[in-house]
Amino acid sequence: MNTKLLQTVAALSLLAGVAVAGEDATLIINDEETMVTEAAAPAHAENLDRIYSGWVFRADETQVLQMDDFDNPAFVFTDQGQDLYDTVDGTAGESCANCHGDVDSFAGLTAQMPRVNSDGELETLTELVNNCRTERMGAEAWKYSASQMTAVTALIGLQSRGMPVDVAIDGAAAPYWERGKELYYTRVGQLDMSCSNCHEDNYDVMIRADHLSQGQTNGFPTYRLKNAKLNSRHGRFKGCMKNIRATPFKEGGDEFKALELYVASRGNGLSVETPSVRN
Amino acid sequence: MASGVKPRVKVPKTASAGDAITIKTLISHKMESGQRKDKEGNPIPRSIINRFTCDFNGQNVLDVTMEPAISTNPYFQFQALVPEAGDFVFTWYDDDGEVYDAKKSVKMA
Repeated sequence: MNTKLLQTVAALSLLAGVAVAGEDATLIINDEETMVTEAAAPAHAENLDRIYSGWVFRADETQVLQMDDFDNPAFVFTDQGQDLYDTVDGTAGESCANCHGDVDSFAGLTAQMPRVNSDGELETLTELVNNCRTERMGAEAWKYSASQMTAVTALIGLQSRGMPVDVAIDGAAAPYWERGKELYYTRVGQLDMSCSNCHEDNYDVMIRADHLSQGQTNGFPTYRLKNAKLNSRHGRFKGCMKNIRATPFKEGGDEFKALELYVASRGNGLSVETPSVRN
Repeated sequence: MASGVKPRVKVPKTASAGDAITIKTLISHKMESGQRKDKEGNPIPRSIINRFTCDFNGQNVLDVTMEPAISTNPYFQFQALVPEAGDFVFTWYDDDGEVYDAKKSVKMA
């Protein structure tokens, strides 16, 4: 009896030794880069004490996938993004690389997106890419969540990996941020739910088989196991709206852009994890 | 002709003689099974990687025959004994006759 108990204890401690992921685990990528997956909530997220990356809420197997770039399936897509980045497209005979040089010149950009441009308009990374394509390259714009677009935005996001999310919400961004906040707390759809009902009031709770996260966007575009591709922020917003039986806003529309800013600002302080792995 | 095919391999750079090392390989490939139909109802022809091999200094380590039921971006993880320093050569054979390969060197620690 005693021996059996001892064996169980030994087996348990062995398990604890090999378990590399879990609720309290630290996200270390490639054994060298430590990510901030938990932080004090920024002052403007007044209903939260702590903020948590979506990684914290995922199953151990999913967490492990993100801890090594070879195991992370998103890197197949960032490789495709690199090819697109280097490929000449459009009538001007330019590629992204011709103007921007090495893609690591984009380090830090994703951590600040979306931001207000010099014309006082809120701009997402996707729009920046498409503006370049239509205006400078003479190429056709990609659809908002097209596979090429998520591949390139994920590649650009990867350059900021490990940097803290730091979107500006004051000054010219303030009206957009207020709009986003209003959308976040507005109940919509047949189920009459707002973002906050799940991601603020009930995060860390199971909604049937799904473990609710805080809905942080620091890992987007994210590879989802359910559809085996990269998913954009707006694509994810759309999915959430369908789940609550609402009519989704348009991807790339003013509503989602404002919401993107507001949700990103709730994650100020978390590390950019792009490209992350989620279920 | 499959497009966007890119082999990726992860092999430790150094090992001790006689060590078993873990090797991970992945090739991005759409692995079209031949069972699907397009919008007009015509069958989409099969296009898969049908064979994968791994050799170490000319000696075969692994030889895999792959079938249409294997999903997109086939991934292999296996262990190999390393008796001496040398090169791992990985080869993928595509249905369309294309051969993709990757080479990784292992040094003795």
